[in-house]
Amino acid sequence: MTPTRKRRLIAVSLILAAIGIAAALTVLALSRNMSYLFSPSEVLAGKAPDGASFRLGGVVLEHSIKRAPGSLTVDFIVTDRFHDMPVQYTGVLPDLFREGQSIIATGQMRNGHFAAREVLAKHDETYMPKEVADAIAKAKTAEAAQHASGSH
Amino acid sequence: MNPIVLWFHKLGSPPYFYRFAGRWIPWLYAIALVAAAFGFYGALFTAPADYQQGDSFRIMYVHVPCAWMGLFAYLFMAANGFIALVWRIKLSETLAMASAPVGAAFTFITLVTGSLWGKPTWGTWWTWDARLTSELVLLFLYFGVIGLYHAIEDRRQAARAAAFLALIGVVNLPIVHYSVIWWNTLHQGQTVSLIGPSKIAPSMLWPLLTLAFATHMYFFASLFARARVALLELESGKEWVRALLPATETSHD
Repeated sequence: MTPTRKRRLIAVSLILAAIGIAAALTVLALSRNMSYLFSPSEVLAGKAPDGASFRLGGVVLEHSIKRAPGSLTVDFIVTDRFHDMPVQYTGVLPDLFREGQSIIATGQMRNGHFAAREVLAKHDETYMPKEVADAIAKAKTAEAAQHASGSH
Repeated sequence: MNPIVLWFHKLGSPPYFYRFAGRWIPWLYAIALVAAAFGFYGALFTAPADYQQGDSFRIMYVHVPCAWMGLFAYLFMAANGFIALVWRIKLSETLAMASAPVGAAFTFITLVTGSLWGKPTWGTWWTWDARLTSELVLLFLYFGVIGLYHAIEDRRQAARAAAFLALIGVVNLPIVHYSVIWWNTLHQGQTVSLIGPSKIAPSMLWPLLTLAFATHMYFFASLFARARVALLELESGKEWVRALLPATETSHD
C-alpha cells in the first residue's frame, strides 16, 4: 500500500470510528427519552411524565372490556402481567383490538385511570395460518385440562 | 497472483466491467423475473391467510424484501464509497453512486407499503416510533447522497464527496436494524432470523425468501445497467469507448 493510500485509510477509518462512537453515545443518552411507550409497571413506578401526555403499552386483560351502552366509550384494563392499569377510551378501535392483544394507547393519567385519546393495536412478529393457531390453542386447553384433572 | 484476486483487479477496469456487466444484465433480469413470478404465486395463492391479520399480511411480501434491499443497497453503496475514498478506484465511485437511486426507491416502497399496512392493522398511517423514524432517515440519507452528487460539477469530486456522506450515514443502519430491540416500538420485532428459528410458518416463509432473492437479482441488474451508462459518460474521451462506436467515428471521413 502506498503511503498516500495508507494515510487516507487511517484518516477515513478514524473519522468513521469517531462518528460511530458519537452515534453510540447519543443513542445511549437518548435511550430513555426515545422510549415509545411505558408499561403499567413503569407508570406506577412514576417513570411516566406526570400530568403530560404519554403512551401506555401492554396487553388487554382478558374479560376486562366493558362497553358503555349507547356510546362509543370502552373501559378495559391494560396489563404487563405484573401490574394493571384501567383505561377509558371513546372512539373507534382498530380491527386487531381484542382481549389478549397488545395495544398502545396515547393519553394521560386522570384520577388513577388512563384517559386514552388514541388506541393502536400492536402486531407481534409471529405469522401462522389460522389452522396452526387453532391447533396450538386446542393443545393448550387440552394440556390445561390434563393439568387440572391430574392435580385432583 | 491468486486467480480470484486477479479477476477482482480486472473487474476494476472500466472496459472489462462494461463487458462483464453487459453479459450479466439479461440473465439477472431473467432470474429476477422468474423468481418474482414464482414468489408472488406463492405469496398470493399458496400461502394461507394469517391467523390474526387475515389477507392483509400479504403486503409483507413486498414490504420486507424491499426493506432488506434498502439496507443492503446502502451497505453496498457505503462499502464502495470507502474503497473510492481510500483507493480512488473509478469503478467503485460509479457503483456507489449508481446504487443510491435504486436503494432510495426500495426504501420509498418500504415506507409506502408499511403505511398501507399500518392503517388497517395498527389503526394509523404513520407514527414516530424508532423503526419508522430511522427508516425515514435512511430515505433522507439517500436523498442527501443523490443531491450532493449532483450539486458538484466535477463528476469524480462529486462522487467522493457523496461517498463520504454515505459513509457517515452508515451509523443509521444498526439503528434501523436494532430499533425494535433497543426501544419499545409500535413496529413488531424481527420475524425472520438467520440464526435461530423464524417466527413464521414455512408455508408463508418460502415465498418471502424467493421474493428477497428476486429483489437482490433486480438490484444488481439495475445497478449494472446504471453503472454502464455512467462509465460511458465518465470515460467518453477514452479509446475503449470510441471503439464501441465505430459507425459514428467513420461517418466523419
